[in-house]
Amino acid sequence: MNWITNYVRPRINSIFSRRETPENLWQKCDECGTMLFHRELSDNLNVCSSCGHHMAITPRERFRALFDGAVFNEINVPEPKADPLNFRDQKRYPDRMKAAQKSTGEKEAMLVATGEIGRTPVVAIAQDFSFMGGSMGMYVGNAIIAAAQEAVKLQRPLILFSAAGGARMQEGILSLMQMPRTTVAVQMLKEAGLPYIVVLTHPTTGGVTASYAMLGDVHIAEPNALICFAGPRVIEQTIREKLPEGFQRAEYLLDHGMLDRVTPRGQMRDELIGIVRMLLNLPPAIKGDLPAPDDTATETPAEDAPKE
Amino acid sequence: MTQYLDFEKPLAEIEGTAEELRAMGRQNEDMDVTEEAAALDAKAAKLLEELYKSLTPWRKCQVARHPQRPHCRDYIEALFTEYTPLAGDRNFADDHAVMGGLARLNDRPVMVIGHEKGNDTKSRIERNFGMARPEGYRKAVRLMQMAGKFGLPVITLVDTPGAYPGKGAEERGQSEAIARATETCLQIGVPLVSVVIGEGGSGGAVAFATANRVAMLEHSVYSVISPEGCASILWKDSEKMREAAEALRLTADDLKKLGVIDRIIAEPMGGAHRGKAETIAAVGKAIADMLGQLDGKDATTLIQERRKKFLDMGATGLAA
Repeated sequence: MNWITNYVRPRINSIFSRRETPENLWQKCDECGTMLFHRELSDNLNVCSSCGHHMAITPRERFRALFDGAVFNEINVPEPKADPLNFRDQKRYPDRMKAAQKSTGEKEAMLVATGEIGRTPVVAIAQDFSFMGGSMGMYVGNAIIAAAQEAVKLQRPLILFSAAGGARMQEGILSLMQMPRTTVAVQMLKEAGLPYIVVLTHPTTGGVTASYAMLGDVHIAEPNALICFAGPRVIEQTIREKLPEGFQRAEYLLDHGMLDRVTPRGQMRDELIGIVRMLLNLPPAIKGDLPAPDDTATETPAEDAPKE
Repeated sequence: MTQYLDFEKPLAEIEGTAEELRAMGRQNEDMDVTEEAAALDAKAAKLLEELYKSLTPWRKCQVARHPQRPHCRDYIEALFTEYTPLAGDRNFADDHAVMGGLARLNDRPVMVIGHEKGNDTKSRIERNFGMARPEGYRKAVRLMQMAGKFGLPVITLVDTPGAYPGKGAEERGQSEAIARATETCLQIGVPLVSVVIGEGGSGGAVAFATANRVAMLEHSVYSVISPEGCASILWKDSEKMREAAEALRLTADDLKKLGVIDRIIAEPMGGAHRGKAETIAAVGKAIADMLGQLDGKDATTLIQERRKKFLDMGATGLAA
């Protein structure tokens, strides 16, 4: 990489923005339109270096950035019954599933993993908005229950990254039943006295917000994330007036007392480590990128880390 | 007078003719209309039976939303004694879309909570058409916790198009309020039984219906989204609500097969609004029966059974 690719090319591209660009190499920021080189963008966790806009990030990329040494173990989620209602709209539900699996390379809209963050063992679970809008069906419910059970079994905190349009309509009433099911999962954590941290990312709406995403010990959101029960369009149609700028965005919810913090993605890991370790009554963590836990058996454990 | 639904138009015509005939008979003494009117009545009864024998899911939605269908207030007035409404969420306001309070069911003290839609323009506006704001859910949480504290069974009557999608509701934490209500349903150590008497609209319904026993009236519906909403998202055309209602499997029959509800309460021929007293009595009997099944269970058992019931949900699907 040289200064031409780094500096000149984004400028040229922003001038000739209508030109077709190879999809994988350059990505345009949906907010400010700056062309961002893919490697820099992923190094920056899909946050635009020009305007700070937080673009979507897949659960796998998120976990690689979250866990020490990018190492995590995926937890198996019990398979629900496929297409329980035999649902068909303009497409059959199984066909929609196959299309989503093909485009994302994932099995479903939730990824569960265990690993260490800042040498603190945790269970993490992340919702994948690119998989059918992250929608909550039986699998997502099963994943949250599995994550809670794993956390209780291992006596670890649970960190959940939410991102969903809401319930998965193709599973009808069973998707709605994930509201009580996931609430039971949250109760398991609470009874075990384990921290449950929710990171709300763009967008978190509908039944997801009205269940597990609003029941955390600590609620942190990414900047400008849309977080709501009813979407802005539905509300505008109901009350027939224009909604104020920033309505239902993370900062707005922070002002209205629904969130504890709004934290940029780049600082999220350190913040999570800090919060979790304080809630667990552990000494301060070592800051910065840590190698995978397995390669570091001889290194200083976090408990002995010097205070900053 | 009964208000007819669009699919009942032929019925309205026959019943209208019978009515006209009788009016004529009353005016002219020499005209004997009894026989003809009776024939028309019989024809109407047969048609009604045919129409209601196999209502499509969309028609069930229409019946469930019928403006003359008995509402929460009707049930509370008829089934309970000493109903003592309790108001307010101790936080912001009292939400009239949710009514609730102490009452006695067959002399036994209980806590009853439900959505109320109202039955004329004035009361519908006051009740916000049964669409609760956060204060409604927070009032329900308060009442459920009080019932838990004093060992009173909780009975919830579900009849809501959904939680209110408004600006203030969002600002005051509609999602959080619903989540807390569902959580409270799962936490209280007293029997909790729920009846969907009309519309079970999405999260607004779950917040009340996460119960030990859930019953549904025969023509009530319970769904993750309204057929119109589903149609406009998946079909990009809100006029496709018939197809959406079909696909969503929102009828009592389908929900029973899926194990989401425990029992179906039969409605009189032609729907609850054609036999209010009968419907209310049947609901009362079902509530007493469901409470009876939970009698003698301790708090831990009630909580554990309730949790397990919901954790186990989804194991069975519907056959094609």
